[in-house]
Amino acid sequence: MDWLPEGIVPSPEAVARSWRTWIFGAATRSLSPYSGTWSGAVLHSAERVIEGFGLATLIGVPLGLLIGWSRRTSDLVDPTIQLFRPVPITAWIPFALAFFGIYDASAIFLVALGAFFPIVVNATQGARDIDILLLRAGRMMGASRAVELRSIVFPAAMPSIFTGLRLGVGVSWTAVIISEMVAVKSGLGYALWDAYYVGRMDICVATMISFGLLGFLSDRLILLCWRYAAPWRRIGASR
Amino acid sequence: MAADWREPMTAAIEIAEVWKRFNRAGRDVDALQAISLTIQANEFVAILGPSGCGKSTLLNMVAGFDHPTSGAVRVNGEAVTAPSPRRGVVFQESALFPWCSVLDNVTFGARQQKRRPAEYLPKAAAILEQVGLSAFAAHYPAELSGGMKQRVGLARVLLMAPQVLLMDEPFGALDAQTRSLMQELLLEVWERNRQTVLFVTHDIDEALLLADIVYIMTARPGRIKAVLSIDLPRPRTVAVTTLPGFSEMKTQIRALIRDEAVRASTEV
Ligand SMILES: Nc1ncnc2c1ncn2[C@@H]1O[C@H](COP(=O)(O)OP(=O)(O)OP(=O)(O)O)[C@@H](O)[C@H]1O
Ligand SMILES: [Mg+2]
Repeated sequence: MDWLPEGIVPSPEAVARSWRTWIFGAATRSLSPYSGTWSGAVLHSAERVIEGFGLATLIGVPLGLLIGWSRRTSDLVDPTIQLFRPVPITAWIPFALAFFGIYDASAIFLVALGAFFPIVVNATQGARDIDILLLRAGRMMGASRAVELRSIVFPAAMPSIFTGLRLGVGVSWTAVIISEMVAVKSGLGYALWDAYYVGRMDICVATMISFGLLGFLSDRLILLCWRYAAPWRRIGASR
Repeated sequence: MAADWREPMTAAIEIAEVWKRFNRAGRDVDALQAISLTIQANEFVAILGPSGCGKSTLLNMVAGFDHPTSGAVRVNGEAVTAPSPRRGVVFQESALFPWCSVLDNVTFGARQQKRRPAEYLPKAAAILEQVGLSAFAAHYPAELSGGMKQRVGLARVLLMAPQVLLMDEPFGALDAQTRSLMQELLLEVWERNRQTVLFVTHDIDEALLLADIVYIMTARPGRIKAVLSIDLPRPRTVAVTTLPGFSEMKTQIRALIRDEAVRASTEV
């Protein structure tokens, strides 16, 4: 890596050494913020992702199913969603800060908002794409509107819902980095920005890898839930 | 036409002057014109017609999935406005819930009707036995062959014990051997329950083998061209297809629908 400017890209050894200290070092805050504080930063970020993403899921999935299933809900809510959807998550930062202040709530709001759109749009599509024959079969057997939504539309939309969740969790990590850079003073995103300011590129790289791992893990976790939630999907699949 | 001399009071299914017009890309298309027919309780009636003549459209209106542009559909004297468990439908493409096991698919209707498991589970087991799927109760539809799926589709309707059974080319997608096995199974089930059946098909042999009365439809726009009483002895098996009367009727129907098939194939 000789062609790269000196000091910008730290050597793998340096990154490994610093990361090790960051994880396992004694947490003596006065000496260095990058000693023994990694797990705390991870927990802060993960908590915000879990809360924001969880909120987005709790609202986005039922709302999306309703929009895709009921024409009236679609007419009522969908235009509003389509109006707000193109606004980039970063453009919401001033609003979030003004409304929630420099607190966790700001970060959770941004994460939830970012994850909400892919989740709601995919749930909507999943409900809209349902095979009309399945609805007819249900109605022919006496399914009420509530049963139709819960026991037919919901499972039928499951593949789309999980696509939305996977996309949503990706956006969640992006949103948490942004919000920790500007809105709160803790977490991995904050560490990334702070390390850059004090010229600790080794810590920046360690943070990037941490985010990569966390993103990968959360995606795997969702895939695991998918397999658990849709056992019928495993039939006939060779993988 | 048959409808004229039948007693309307006792009719299980009554289709009176039904017209259906679809609007496709701003152009009106007549799918059905002035369809009138009456089906008595415990009758097995087949509707035979070329592809696209409006058989599914007609069946969907009896099921309550769709409504006539004009005319009326009544089942046991009651106007059809929406789907109901009193009218069981067996679909061409099974339409099973992929996320439900065979047993859960079969008992779905019973659960909607708030029946007690102690009452419907033994019945479900008996019906699964009858359609030869006892060993597959815990399987998902994805693990079943096409013929097995159709048997589940039949079983779930039988458990609901509907007033009428509506079947839309239920064996149309199956290979010849499986189809004739399914036809025998249906005959067997029908002999046992003698339910009112409206069976849609484009297969002459199938209509003759199964039905008491066959309505022959014209190509689009669908109208009723002829009605035939099938006086083959019951209980029937596929063996009736070798009776001399069978091939006579077949020739007769062939002649009736030949010009219709030609007309249909030359239209877009
Ligand atoms: N929802 C719809 N909108 C517009 N046209 C329709 C609609 N449903 C059916 N049609 C038309 O009505 C006619 C009758 O259709 P239908 O499905 O009832 O035929 P079918 O006799 O069941 O044919 P097949 O044997 O191929 O199933 C066809 O020309 C079809 O294109
Ligand atoms: Mg059809």
